[in-house]
Amino acid sequence: MSERPSYNPRKTLPLRVEAVRQLRRHRTWIAFAVLLLLPWVLAGAFKIGGSPSGNDANTPGLVTVATAGALNFTAFTLFVSAGFLLVVAVALFCGDTVASEAGWASLRYLLAAPVPRTRLLRQKLIVAMSFAALAVVSVPAMAMITGIYVFGWARLRLPAGDTTLPNGTALTRMLIIVGYALVSQLVVAALAFLLSVTTDSPLGAVGGAVGLVILSNIIDAVTALGHWREFLPTHWLFAWTDALQPQLVWTGMIKGSALSASYAVVLLALAVRRFRTKDVVS
Amino acid sequence: MKRRRPALIAGAVAVLAAGVTWAAVGGEPRVSATEQRIPVVDGPKNDQHITLDTTFFKPVHTGRAPAVLLAHGFGGTKDDTRADAERLARHGYAVLTWSARGFGQSGGDITLDSPDYDVKDVRQLVDWLARRPEVRLDGPGDPRVGIAGQSYGGAISLMAAAYDRRIDAIAPQITWYDLADSLFPDATGKGAANGVFKKMWAGIFFTSGASSTACGRFLPSLCAMYQKVAETGQPTPNAIATLRRSSPSSVAGRIHVPTLLVQGQADSLFPLDQADGNARAIAGAPVKVVWFQGGHDGGDPESSRVRGLVTGWFDRYLKGGPPAPGGFTVTRAGGVDSSTQRVTVNAASAARYPGLSGTTRRTIPLTGDEQTIQNPAGGSPASISALPGLGALSGLSGFGTGGTDVDMPGQSARFDSEPLSAPVQLTGAARVRIRVRGPGVAGRGQGGENQPTLFAKVYDVGPGGQATPARRLAAPLHVNGTADVALPAMDYRFDQGHRIRLVLSTTDMGFASPARPASYRVSVDSPLTVPADPALRTPPTPLPWWVWGFPMIAVLAAIVIVATARSRRARGGDPANPATPLEISGLTKRYKNGHLAVDDLSFRVERGKVCGLLGPNGAGKTTTLRMLMGLIHPDSGEIRIFGEPVRPGAAVLSRLGSFVEGPGFLPHLSGRDNLELYWKAAGRGEAHMEDALKIAGLGDAVRRPVRTYSQGMRQRLAIAQAMLGLPDLLVLDEPTNGLDPPQIAEMREVLVRYAAEGRTVIISSHLLAEVEQTCTEVVVMHRGRLVAAGPVSEIAGHDGSVVIGTAEVDHALGVLKALAGIDGAEPYAPGVLVRINGSAPATVVASLVAAGVPVDRVTPHRRLEDAFLALIGEES
Repeated sequence: MSERPSYNPRKTLPLRVEAVRQLRRHRTWIAFAVLLLLPWVLAGAFKIGGSPSGNDANTPGLVTVATAGALNFTAFTLFVSAGFLLVVAVALFCGDTVASEAGWASLRYLLAAPVPRTRLLRQKLIVAMSFAALAVVSVPAMAMITGIYVFGWARLRLPAGDTTLPNGTALTRMLIIVGYALVSQLVVAALAFLLSVTTDSPLGAVGGAVGLVILSNIIDAVTALGHWREFLPTHWLFAWTDALQPQLVWTGMIKGSALSASYAVVLLALAVRRFRTKDVVS
Repeated sequence: MKRRRPALIAGAVAVLAAGVTWAAVGGEPRVSATEQRIPVVDGPKNDQHITLDTTFFKPVHTGRAPAVLLAHGFGGTKDDTRADAERLARHGYAVLTWSARGFGQSGGDITLDSPDYDVKDVRQLVDWLARRPEVRLDGPGDPRVGIAGQSYGGAISLMAAAYDRRIDAIAPQITWYDLADSLFPDATGKGAANGVFKKMWAGIFFTSGASSTACGRFLPSLCAMYQKVAETGQPTPNAIATLRRSSPSSVAGRIHVPTLLVQGQADSLFPLDQADGNARAIAGAPVKVVWFQGGHDGGDPESSRVRGLVTGWFDRYLKGGPPAPGGFTVTRAGGVDSSTQRVTVNAASAARYPGLSGTTRRTIPLTGDEQTIQNPAGGSPASISALPGLGALSGLSGFGTGGTDVDMPGQSARFDSEPLSAPVQLTGAARVRIRVRGPGVAGRGQGGENQPTLFAKVYDVGPGGQATPARRLAAPLHVNGTADVALPAMDYRFDQGHRIRLVLSTTDMGFASPARPASYRVSVDSPLTVPADPALRTPPTPLPWWVWGFPMIAVLAAIVIVATARSRRARGGDPANPATPLEISGLTKRYKNGHLAVDDLSFRVERGKVCGLLGPNGAGKTTTLRMLMGLIHPDSGEIRIFGEPVRPGAAVLSRLGSFVEGPGFLPHLSGRDNLELYWKAAGRGEAHMEDALKIAGLGDAVRRPVRTYSQGMRQRLAIAQAMLGLPDLLVLDEPTNGLDPPQIAEMREVLVRYAAEGRTVIISSHLLAEVEQTCTEVVVMHRGRLVAAGPVSEIAGHDGSVVIGTAEVDHALGVLKALAGIDGAEPYAPGVLVRINGSAPATVVASLVAAGVPVDRVTPHRRLEDAFLALIGEES
């Protein structure tokens, strides 16, 4: 019997172990299946319903050019999923991670193992954020594959005016768009994570985060609030469409990134504080 | 933290509410305004007495201040400029607004800013200002004064500055240089006499005053002039002279004051060439030209930008403020702000105004053979470029919202450039030489000259062939033969891959065109000359401070949030013996709901012992064990494991194996995977996995997901998990719950053996038998307090009593009563309980047997239950 087992806090809850623990869950697979299926469903809808025409003035620009090619289809898929589906996916991975452990009562055994609390949060956050990022990236990636298969490769047609972008520029813009989509979801991830360490109910954490996003969207629709709306966490969720203009406009994305990152940092700090001091009674 | 959060939220709400209230009440000082009628004398012979309806706004917070005259637009009154007047008054100007003659409550007729009427009126308003005590004077009767106004009010600014030397600075906006050229434009540069009648705008201009009479409040001679011109669609020399007299072109070179010219890019009434004329008319004084997005056709009014420019101009030249930068500013639509769905507008500036032919020119060849186009009979249907009221269209031009087919079939010729290899920025009026050959029969309807009428427009053609007007402007022209045509002045960017298209059409709804049908053959004779001003630079849109501020504030806030978390660190305490597996001293925990779960609990457990933590439900056992695992924070006191204080995540917890309050597994993983992943997560050494699995005794079930397990299986798996790595201290909470009797017996054996190897086991239970049968030590808790602690034998030990099993209880009691050395006897299943004092059990039994009482058995009375009940009974 050794005086002190070879315990090393830095070896507790390795990322690989946490990833395996999450990866083996049905929830994870269902979420990815839904996300990866979405582009095919959309493409099928266009095939059945026919390509949208630009005659209707009320049709948003991205819809009318959605079937122009793989790049356009990808942009369209992001457009329809960024507001809700991706939010749900991100909230799912980040909101469920700690709360579900609390729900299963496995959290206390991890903490008594002992996995230091801050380390547990860090490892869980890294894995949850990675899954969330993978979810966000998987949608445009699959949309690109679907788009090439169904609509073929074509230059990116911009929704405004009769303009196409050269392929190099278009691919760069797509990377910018996906990058911004990731950054803009940071606030959702952090909010869900904070709720996750606050409640023992995974459903409460995920639903709470999605609910707050919806609330923010509703407040954002109150135009009477004027420029105060700029500070709502979801106000800039679609700022990446600025990358689909003939001349890239950075302002919205910079503002959105600054806001999203700021909220995320504060929310994560609150999560760490909350988790480090809380009594684990689940 | 729980309690602090509402305070934080309340604070944030208060700050927000204060901000909103401040914004709503608006800490702006009130402006004192007085209305008065000022009598003036005007007319060619200075014999017409009228009064002007005026409002004077006193400057706020200053003594004598520079004055600003604010003129209104055509059809308006002095009330239109009230908001601007108040803003300027707060900014330290004395402001006079007035309704021009023929408008509002002022007397007289509309005279189109005539030098004989309106200009004389303004002179007398300046006289009036010179007498005000609030107004700063440059000399006797000479106030420091500027004039600003839009359109009709802009022209009077220029006219008055030419006629009255006392005026010090002007800021005319969207106004004319030459009213004749504006209403009879000719893109070939031959002037109004050769011009095409801008019938739609002219009609609106001259008939807006009509009421019971056709002329309304127009000066009758002006009205008659219009009616004649409109009827024929052709200017008379008299009309041209009259209109010129009301135009800054008539006083070109006589304006010597600093002038800010703001002209609209969406203006088919007074296009950018009018501002160009005005800029050249000003002699020896600073001029700044601004092309903004608005204009008479609508577009983005950019109100705050224009206000700021005007105020800055007056600050510079009336107050001697800092210089206004740049001589030329063009605002450009920079794209759509996705969050507001509004077009963002950026301002590009250059030091000098280059005029309409730019500082650089490039030529772009146009392709297209000679084309035959038809002038429809009656000039109808007409193509549409700009129309009064089509402002929304022109405002959105360039964003693909077009879709209105503006050119009628057969009426227009098109000449395209090749797709552009690089973007082309056009700033100014592009020029091209065209050739028109007609059969010689067409001409101006009833007019004399047999010249074809054409309208030249510039289109942007996308790679897909979709054509949109670069600006909804048409340059009309009369030509037979060849002519150099100045296309509409504009600022426009043609993207790479697009084509520039020149369209020549025979009709335009805004203009008069010949009624007689005709066909023309048109061709281009030269490449397109495209002017540009590369000196124009767009400074990057300044980002609001919070783009950098918020992340920094957030990081600081995060540091504060994390760093100020209440420290839960256990206080020092004496160095304890590292050999003592568990030592608890003064442990107290009160839950947030006020329940005192553990109250000053102290005990210790030595190595190699199996210690029972005994107490009824709610005694505080589980709370104690949770604190032991570092899951909850004690309010006071401390727990030491092997001498080291326990706190969340303390390394010493790695020597503790625990099973508290039920199992906790990932339901989707098998039992084995659960244990293996748990162990990998624990970051410790060897697991002894097979030993643990043997204890769990799950057989093949270890490969099934845990969610399929029974309660007992989970229980055993959880105990196995606690034993992984063979921890030096094992803590089990109600370990036999859900186990069947053989398993309980087996578990007991395992635990005893475990402790026998020098490790320590703590078992909490509310079942007395379990503790008694398994443990060597016992700690009894009740209501959070320690009731007793010590070896089981001591706590529950022999108190000298025996239970004598017999069927004849009464008989036995009778016998025992007579015996000496006995304190008492009472019935006690399955016989009698005898408290022996001095006697020996053997003697007692012998006496009973001798008395004929059948004795089945004799057992020492050491049932823990009694002791337990005795210990806690006092309190309950």
